[in-house]
Amino acid sequence: MQNENLVQISFFNQLMLVHPRKKQNERSEASVQVSEYFVNAEGTGDKVNLSDLLGTVEKTSGASNKTKKQLRNLQSSKETLELPLNKQQTEKIQRGIAYEKTTAEVSCWKNIILQNQKAEQMVFPLNQESSGPKRVEQVVAGWKVQTPLEQEIFRLLHGSRQPVNDPVLTPVEEQSLKAMSLEEAKIRRAELQKARALQSYYEAKAKREKKIKSKKYHKVQNKAKRKDFLKQFDEMVKTNPEGALEELKKMELSRMEERMSLKHQNSGKWAKSKAIMAKYDDSARKAMQEQLQMNKDLTQKMVVPSDDEHESIEEGLETVPDFVNDPETVIDPVNPWMRGQLTHEEPERRTRKRKSLENLKGRGKPASEVVEEDVVEVSDKEEEEDEEEDVSEFNTLFRLMRSEKTPGEEDEEGLLSEGQIRVRSIEDLEVLDEVVEPRAIEEPSAPQTAAAEATSEPPHKKKREINLKEVLTKEAKAVRLPFLPTVVDEEERDEQISIIKEAFAGDDVISDFIKDKSRQEAAGRPAVVDLTLPGWGEWGGVGLKPPRWKRKRFRIKTAPPPPRQDQKLPDVIISEKRTASVASHQVSQLPFPFQNTAQFESSIRTPIGSTWNTQTVVKNMTKPKVVTKLGAIIEPMVKEDFIKSKTTSAGDLVFLSNCPEKINFIIFFCCKP
Amino acid sequence: MKVKVLCRNPDDYVRETTRDIQRVPRNYDPTLHPFEVPREYTRALNATKLERVFAKPFVASLDGHRDGISCITKHAKSLSTIISGACDGEVKVWNLPRQECLRTVQAHEGFVRGICSRFCGTSFFTVGDDKTIKQWNWEAPGYGVREEPINTILGKAVFTGIDHHQREGTFVTCGQTVDIWDEQRSSPIRSFSWGVDSFSCVRYNPVETELLASCASDRSVVLYDTRESAPLRKVIMQLRSNTLCWNPMEAYYFTCANEDYNLYTYDIRHLDVPVTVHMDHVSAVLDVDYSPTGREFVSASFDKTIRIFPKDKGHSREVYHTKRMQHVICVRWSADNKYVLSGSDEMNIRLWKANASEKLGLLSAREKAATHYNKKLIEKFQHHPQVRRIARHRHLPGDILKQKRELREMREARRRKEQNVRKHSKPGSVPLLTEKEKHVVAVVE
Repeated sequence: MQNENLVQISFFNQLMLVHPRKKQNERSEASVQVSEYFVNAEGTGDKVNLSDLLGTVEKTSGASNKTKKQLRNLQSSKETLELPLNKQQTEKIQRGIAYEKTTAEVSCWKNIILQNQKAEQMVFPLNQESSGPKRVEQVVAGWKVQTPLEQEIFRLLHGSRQPVNDPVLTPVEEQSLKAMSLEEAKIRRAELQKARALQSYYEAKAKREKKIKSKKYHKVQNKAKRKDFLKQFDEMVKTNPEGALEELKKMELSRMEERMSLKHQNSGKWAKSKAIMAKYDDSARKAMQEQLQMNKDLTQKMVVPSDDEHESIEEGLETVPDFVNDPETVIDPVNPWMRGQLTHEEPERRTRKRKSLENLKGRGKPASEVVEEDVVEVSDKEEEEDEEEDVSEFNTLFRLMRSEKTPGEEDEEGLLSEGQIRVRSIEDLEVLDEVVEPRAIEEPSAPQTAAAEATSEPPHKKKREINLKEVLTKEAKAVRLPFLPTVVDEEERDEQISIIKEAFAGDDVISDFIKDKSRQEAAGRPAVVDLTLPGWGEWGGVGLKPPRWKRKRFRIKTAPPPPRQDQKLPDVIISEKRTASVASHQVSQLPFPFQNTAQFESSIRTPIGSTWNTQTVVKNMTKPKVVTKLGAIIEPMVKEDFIKSKTTSAGDLVFLSNCPEKINFIIFFCCKP
Repeated sequence: MKVKVLCRNPDDYVRETTRDIQRVPRNYDPTLHPFEVPREYTRALNATKLERVFAKPFVASLDGHRDGISCITKHAKSLSTIISGACDGEVKVWNLPRQECLRTVQAHEGFVRGICSRFCGTSFFTVGDDKTIKQWNWEAPGYGVREEPINTILGKAVFTGIDHHQREGTFVTCGQTVDIWDEQRSSPIRSFSWGVDSFSCVRYNPVETELLASCASDRSVVLYDTRESAPLRKVIMQLRSNTLCWNPMEAYYFTCANEDYNLYTYDIRHLDVPVTVHMDHVSAVLDVDYSPTGREFVSASFDKTIRIFPKDKGHSREVYHTKRMQHVICVRWSADNKYVLSGSDEMNIRLWKANASEKLGLLSAREKAATHYNKKLIEKFQHHPQVRRIARHRHLPGDILKQKRELREMREARRRKEQNVRKHSKPGSVPLLTEKEKHVVAVVE
């Protein structure tokens, strides 16, 4: 208690004391270093103890008991704080943290650097301005009126108060808006806005739909439109006859136009190409039919049907192959597919099959058509088989060709018939059998006969391969082509042959070659080295043979060399000797980046010159890796240009850049509705 | 009777205008152009030979200095201007296309230790042995007006190097400490020291502009970040690094030129092992500078040669030397990636082509296509012995060749010795070190 009083007294004294000689110093300017001489308070030298402060706290009534208690406890405790780390250690820790931070920051370049290293071509300086056309706004912004003519034009443009830059309203409109009352104006504005919005929606929609490439989609769309239109038209007739009349006029106009144009008359390039294809391709035929149908529809007179129709059809006939416009057969007047029949076969042949097919007719139309065609072909073959006895050579050849063709056709037909005939009952199945069976029998027979006739060998496929060994030894068969008109006379040819025979009378080139080859092969074969020493370790002398064990042990067989390259090529000799003059140009070891020789060889094999490649390919292949611009300074990379998300805090950036998967995940998460 | 006639569409062969090029119909059928590989090989061989025939890299020599060149700097905005500082304190500004000196300034007493250009190209800084940093205007003063620096700062110790920030008005000097200066102030805004008494070189990272690296006399390379209060890390090598250069296109790679005849490319994220050791010089490497594309760098050596290394290859692709060129002290790659400048002891600055056989000036489209094709051919057949032999052949002065052989012998002997030691000691006690690991002593955190 006494102590406290003493402190208080001393404090008072200090306050009361006035130093007349020492002037109070003041800081008048800001400086980095604050000197101890500038700022000083009285009693700076004295230490302030916790107890000094506690004394006053104890007396004040406002302070809570809890804090007082805590302070008292604090005073009584004797523990000291730990010493701070020494300077070296703190610095080391600081450096460690700073280094981690910097490396993390620098690693965000990783992807860019890798990308640049892998890039096929880098163009320096980076971030060049594109030399192509600029946007209108950019050009306009930098444009200044210079010549008097331009000035005049500019004045005119601005004087006329016409919207130059596509504003929403013209000045006149704005004025009229102003003239209205506020509410009216608001309503009008809302309307305008709505209209604009609707328009933009509509435009967007139209754009989107226009972009759709699907033909089917457009077809459906058009059909729907037509339907709508028809409905509207019907209504119009009732409600608004004048409008309907106008529509009618429009239709009439379109009819006239159609009659004038050749648009749907199958006379264009497309139609011609289709006409060629139509023989073989159903879809092409269909497309042509559709075109003609369109023409028909368009040229039909709405009110009174007249003779014009026939005329128009006749017009169309000129350029179209006749089978397309065949009159509809009596068999199936409803079926549009049957309009374009390929051939007019003998009717009795058809009727033979038709009975079995009749229940099919009612079902899928395309299927029936396919089956019909199929039947036609099959019947052809049958016919040919019947007449096989008295066929000429020409005919067999022809048949060979046909039989070769069959597999491809089969595939196609198989594809086509798939899914079209739906088998629902046993009867259906029977019908199917009938259709399929003749072919099933036919398939193996055709190639067999062909093979039998051509090579007179058993009809195994393997046997048909050319036996290389026999090429030279066998005599070639002379194939006679009867349909080729021969100019050379028989006598002349015989004469020539005799001359040639005479000239090469003694030569047997082929046997020479074979001998030569066998000699070379023999030379390459490993020889047996005999190392037996007769008489060593046993009796020796004339007439004594070394024993069997010795012969076995000392006759050494070297390993056979790798098979010759021409082993399987009977008419070739490939020398496998290494030529020294070429060796100096050959690569002896597999170079580094390549994994195997095949890879390396393929890299060499592809030529890159313009002798073998087109210009663009050459340009692409000889593209240099680094392209610089003449006389342009190449600045170092600028961080802001390459690493965009600088706005996020550095820590986040580092976190994100370190884990691309996470970024993907985040993006995915954001995109998810 | 139907007669079939060959007919061609005139659009295929008739030109639209007379100025249009003639159409040359060409058949690319491979059977008509046989022997692709042999023909291309011959072309490649010819291209290689021609490349060597036309390899004339020396362009010009700029003489005028009265002492050895100690430093060269490029103008930040102009390709045709360079500045050089000499050992007698003279600074010269050169015009390259005219090959003449535009301006001479007696900048310092004693060596000019470093020059750097301001990023905007309005002024440049020099430091010298007289403990001063001087800022000079790029514009020459008018006739009769004395050459005066814009600004002079007197430091406490000798400055040995200087570099300017890429975009801000701060620069860094090194001497006894690495100091960062604001252009407006006369005292450094921050100085770093880490128990080292002197630094020989300091460079700003051109991409990550707040990063710094310096070569210290205790055989170490120290990294700094100007935003941090302390240096980041240092790597101590077996011998001292003289200079270093950051890759301008790849933010975390730098290459330092070492006294042990090698150059080392480091990734600052993994300082314990250099990414590549570039070895070919036969004497201490004194300077290094990256090409602005970041694909190659050029190094100057005490062995009187300069060499061009691809950044990821261990050996040089080119060596330049002349009879009269002495120890090369400084080297720079021009900002358009076309030329290399070297300053050497015998007071000359030499201008070289970066690609020895490149044709200078504008090329016609056909010439360009031909050069591209030839380059591609050489690349395609580079592994063939003849092509490789011709492409790799360089003439070297006798003494360098001798030294090279000697070095190879020494290296071989060392390797043999190590092998023997390994053979005769406990297995595992003598570890097998790769060339990269051999040269780093420690990484200090």
